[in-house]
Amino acid sequence: MSILTSPPFRSPPAQDWPGYRLLVHDPLRLDCGIDFGPFTIAYQTYGRLNADRTNAILVCHALSGDQYAADPHPITGKPGWWDTMIGPGGVLDTERYFLICPNVLGGCMGTTGPQEVNLETGEPWALSFPVITIHDMVRAQKRLLDHLNIDSLFCVTGGSMGAMQVLQWAASYPDNVFAAVPIAGAARHSAQNIAFHEVGRQAIMADPDWCGGRYLSLGRNPVRGLAVARMAAHITYLSEAALHRKFGRNLQDRHAVTYGFDADFQVESYLRHQGSTFVDRFDANSYLYITRAMDYFDLAAEHGGSLPNVFKGTPSRFCIISFTSDWLFPTSESREVVHALNAATANVSFVEIATDNGHDAFLLHEPELFATLRGFLNGCAEHRGLNRPR
Amino acid sequence: MTEPNGSAVLSLGASPRATAEHSAADLRRDLRLIADMIEPQARVLDIGCGDGALLGYLARNKSVDGRGIELSQSGVNACVGHGLSVIQGDADRDLAAYPTGSFDVVVLSQTLQATHRPRKVVEELVRIGRRAIVSFPNFGYWRMRLGLLVTGRMPVSHCLAYPWYETPNIHLCTIRDFVALCDELGVRVERSVTLDRHGQPYSLNPRGGLANLLAEQGVFVLSSDRSRPGGA
Repeated sequence: MSILTSPPFRSPPAQDWPGYRLLVHDPLRLDCGIDFGPFTIAYQTYGRLNADRTNAILVCHALSGDQYAADPHPITGKPGWWDTMIGPGGVLDTERYFLICPNVLGGCMGTTGPQEVNLETGEPWALSFPVITIHDMVRAQKRLLDHLNIDSLFCVTGGSMGAMQVLQWAASYPDNVFAAVPIAGAARHSAQNIAFHEVGRQAIMADPDWCGGRYLSLGRNPVRGLAVARMAAHITYLSEAALHRKFGRNLQDRHAVTYGFDADFQVESYLRHQGSTFVDRFDANSYLYITRAMDYFDLAAEHGGSLPNVFKGTPSRFCIISFTSDWLFPTSESREVVHALNAATANVSFVEIATDNGHDAFLLHEPELFATLRGFLNGCAEHRGLNRPR
Repeated sequence: MTEPNGSAVLSLGASPRATAEHSAADLRRDLRLIADMIEPQARVLDIGCGDGALLGYLARNKSVDGRGIELSQSGVNACVGHGLSVIQGDADRDLAAYPTGSFDVVVLSQTLQATHRPRKVVEELVRIGRRAIVSFPNFGYWRMRLGLLVTGRMPVSHCLAYPWYETPNIHLCTIRDFVALCDELGVRVERSVTLDRHGQPYSLNPRGGLANLLAEQGVFVLSSDRSRPGGA
């Protein structure tokens, strides 16, 4: 039984969504060799920039995230993805820091991506959009920071793909990053993770409504494929223990199995829900492009295959955080980054947090995560000479 | 403070340390002795740093550029929470990544006996640090010997506070054993201090029988040509 019967059409971004938009005129030289631009960056800010412009924190979102880190999502109305972390008196204290959260290049919440109209053709970019990389996303973010006249970021942080951006920032602009906090990340995407992404992309491209990527021009939307991609990916964000704790083999609104293919089990119902709600807020082609960007990420490859060389002489302070039950970005990947930073004699802290919440732990209320990050930022603020709020 | 849990065989900082907010008087006796051996502004790596008592003290009082390694999550969190740069890890696995001669001083306090490969660890200490400061409980201490002789049971002391079935201390040695290992590895003993039960330091010859009998702990300052780039 299909989870979605009629493919709804996802409307293009509404211009009245909250937040800011920056139109960047100067083209960006992308890794693929194309000079891309002009383009738009949609972003949100929280808190106030201090007079010295030294209290800015760049918050980098994950694959399915967006710039709405701490306010209600304009489509779903749900709280921001880091609502628990950000706020007055929070770990990312908006009374103390100025937070900037941009939608990534290739995204679908206002920053230029494959669903936006290519002004030269008058059609949505679709697959004519250039393949972008994590480095390209970071280059675009640097343009935003230049526009905001923020030379030195107090901190760059984010989880998962956000952590990749953090590491890229530290590698590309070491002198502009005082502190870097990559959470549940890696210096390269693993074969297993590329494999999972390929399953998701094939699900999208196998949907007849995908139409070779031209679905927007044709008034269609491959929501079934995108939903399946989301369902498969969502499993990788959890852990066996968390799935068992939440659902076990519990049945959904019934007392016995139905000997059919309806969602008998709660875990099936949960995944179907995850899939069907995701398509309301996410563009299928964006999903293809952003997963590809993650697949191509290999920080050491840019530096002759040596990860320590990436960070040689870095002045940034690092705090690497991983989770015990994360099998998508396991601790071993973080430890590799830690060892590289040690080899580069960088200033690094590293904590592996015990939790059964899997990869998604970075989005959840994890007291040890909060305590670690708060302590690290306080220490950095002291070194940076940032005053505590009154 | 380290957790005496089942996985603690890899434990660093196998004995408890004082809290991170501290003055010299609050610092554990052997740590104070170690702190006195460290020059201001030195680059220091504290392996098995517990909750960061020594690192915190050194940062505040000697402006050292300090880093730590600690096994327990609670210890690491306490350190990072106090603004110290500490990674979760252990001496057996995480030392190889550090470049040769990258620290002025490497400290391994009350941890050697909890490592899987103490010989390799000592080699790494004197490779990474221009000097290494190692403190450990002396299993040749007369109370240990007498305890085993009289009661016939594994000795438990305040330095070695765990019963045999849950101790993280898997490679105990005497002062004489340790000196012999240093000789075998060609590691120089630059200085040694022995501590009695009350933490009172004495300068007894570490090669003599008296030190091995009277010292409850030994604190050794080591060096080697290994810490020079291209060194042995």
